[in-house]
Amino acid sequence: MAAQPPYPLLREVGLSGLLVTFSDSLTDAANRANLAFRAAIEAEGIAGVVETSSALASTLLSYDPIRLPLAELRAVVTERLASRDWFAAALPQGRRFWRIPVAFGGEHGPQLAEAAALAGLTEGKAVAEIAATRLRVMALGFAPGLPYLGTMPDHWNMPRQDGLTAQVPAGSVVTAIRQFNIFTNATPTGWRLIGQSAFRNFRPELADPFAFRPGDEVSFVPIGAGELADIRAGDRAAAGGALCEAIP
Amino acid sequence: MSLVVERIGPAVTVQDLGRIGQMAFGLSRGGAADRHALIEGAALLGQEPGLAALEMAGFGGEFRALADMRIALTGAPMAARLDGDPLVWNASHQLRAGQRLAIGAVTEGTYGYLHLGGGIATPAFLGSRSAHLAGGIGGPVQVGEILPAGTDPGGPVGMRLPAPDRFQGGAIRILPGVHTELFPAETRRRFEATPFRRTPRGNRQGAELAFEGEPFSGRAQLSVLSEPMVPGDIQMTGKGMPFVLLPECQTTGGYPRIGTILPDDLPLVAQAGPGVGLRFRFISHDEGRAAHKPDAARHAALRREIRPLIRHPADIPDLLSYQLVSGVVTGWEE
Repeated sequence: MAAQPPYPLLREVGLSGLLVTFSDSLTDAANRANLAFRAAIEAEGIAGVVETSSALASTLLSYDPIRLPLAELRAVVTERLASRDWFAAALPQGRRFWRIPVAFGGEHGPQLAEAAALAGLTEGKAVAEIAATRLRVMALGFAPGLPYLGTMPDHWNMPRQDGLTAQVPAGSVVTAIRQFNIFTNATPTGWRLIGQSAFRNFRPELADPFAFRPGDEVSFVPIGAGELADIRAGDRAAAGGALCEAIP
Repeated sequence: MSLVVERIGPAVTVQDLGRIGQMAFGLSRGGAADRHALIEGAALLGQEPGLAALEMAGFGGEFRALADMRIALTGAPMAARLDGDPLVWNASHQLRAGQRLAIGAVTEGTYGYLHLGGGIATPAFLGSRSAHLAGGIGGPVQVGEILPAGTDPGGPVGMRLPAPDRFQGGAIRILPGVHTELFPAETRRRFEATPFRRTPRGNRQGAELAFEGEPFSGRAQLSVLSEPMVPGDIQMTGKGMPFVLLPECQTTGGYPRIGTILPDDLPLVAQAGPGVGLRFRFISHDEGRAAHKPDAARHAALRREIRPLIRHPADIPDLLSYQLVSGVVTGWEE
C-alpha cells in the first residue's frame, strides 16, 4: 500500500515542531511507515533536530529553528520521505512479546458488558476475542510508557464514551476505537474500563524505566480476581505477573 | 551547603529546564513553568541556566540555612524576609548559616523561584531534577526535607534585575499548529479579537481560559487519531473552550488545537493569575523566529542588565559593619 495524497502530510507545530502524518486513519501500514520513518530520522541524527516522537500514524520532529531553518528541515524531510516506500517498511528490530495477566469484567472491569455489547458480543466472547489477539504497541504516549495497543477487528471500532469516567486506577485496561490502553497512573478517561492488570508501564526505579517500545507485541491473559490479588501480593508483583520474550 | 524546609506551600517543586528525549516514551519535557525566571536566577548568580531551583506556586515556605550560601529570588514576586527583614525580589542575597528565609504569598503572578548558588543538587533522573507530577516523578517538597546545594564557585550578591513585565497577561503571539487549518479563517479572526481571561483551573499541565461568546469549533477533524502535542498548544475541548498546554502536558491528544504559543510568550500564560486578561495574535514562522531568543542568548542579555541593589544608607542599621569597598565586585561582568 502506498501513501494516499495528501499523505504523508507535513504540518508546522508552532515555532519548533514539524509533524509528519502518514494517514488520517489507523492502518497497520501507516503505523509501520511511521515507526520506520521515526527510527530512520533518529538513526540519522539530523543536526538541529532536538527530539523525535511518534503517535499512531504521525511523527513529530522537535527542532531548533535558529540552528536549523524550517525551509531546510522541510527539504530534508521531503527528501527522506521520497527516498523509499515507507508503507512497505518492516517493523523495528529488537521487539519483544509480552503476556500480561488481566482480570476482565466484574468489579475490575465494570464496563466490559457495555463494550462487549457495542462490539455485538457477549462478555465471554469479547474476552475470548481479546485473548486470541496478538496486539501491537502502536505508539507510546499520553503518560509515561503508556501503550496504544491495536488493533482489534472492525466491530471493536467503538467511540469513546460521551462523558469521562472520573478516575480509573493505575494498571486499568480500557478500550475505544479498536485499541486498548493500560494506564500508567490513575486518571480520568473517556475509554471504557474492561479490566485490571498489575502491570506497570513506567518503573522509575529501573535504569530503563519504560517497559514497552513501539512495535512490541502484547497478549492479554485472562485471569480471575483472586489471581490478580495473588500477583500483587507475590514475588511477580514488580512485573505485574507479565512474561516477556524476544521476538526473533 | 543546604537548606532545611521548615514550612512549605502546597505546590512547591524542584524544577530545572526539563527532560529532553523522553517524549517518545510518553513523558513530556516538564521543567519550570516560567523558564525565563529560571534563566534570570542563573544570570543573577552567574551560573548556568540548567541548574535546578525551587518553583513555588502561589506560596513559598520557610527555610533555614545550614551553611552560608547565595540565593536569588525570581519569577512571580512574593513577600520574602530574612530573619524578619524584607528581601528585594529579582535579586541575589547572602544567607548565613542559621538564618531563616521566609517566603510568603505571591503579590502578582503564579510561580516564584528560589535559586541556590550551585543549584539544587537533588539526584537527577533521566537527565533532569525536575519533579513531573503528572508523570509520577518526584513530588511536592515536604516539611523536614533538606535541599542540598551544588558546589557554588561564589560570586557577588546584592545584585538585581529589572522587574520583568510578565505577570499581568497581555498580548500573546501564536503560530500555526497541527490543526490551525481546521478552524475557518473567520473563527481564527474571532479568536484573535476575543479577550480571554485565566480561570482558577490550571496547574503545571495546562491552564484554562474563559471568554464571552460562541465556542471556537473547528471543522470535522482531518484525523480522529491522537497526535503529538506540545507545551504552548491551545486545544479546544469538546465544548470549544480553550486550554493552554504547559510543560507537564500529556504527549499525545485528539482535541483540535487552534495554534501554538511562541515559546518566548508561554511564561506569560503560565504566570497569569485567575482573572488576568490575555489576547492572542497569529504571527508567521519568520516573525516568530526573529522574535525568539534562545536560552543562551537570553542568559547573556540578562547578565548585561544586572545592577547592584541600591540601598539608602539610612536604611542600613549596621552600616559600619559593611565592607563598602569590596562588596560590589567589578571585573565579574562580561
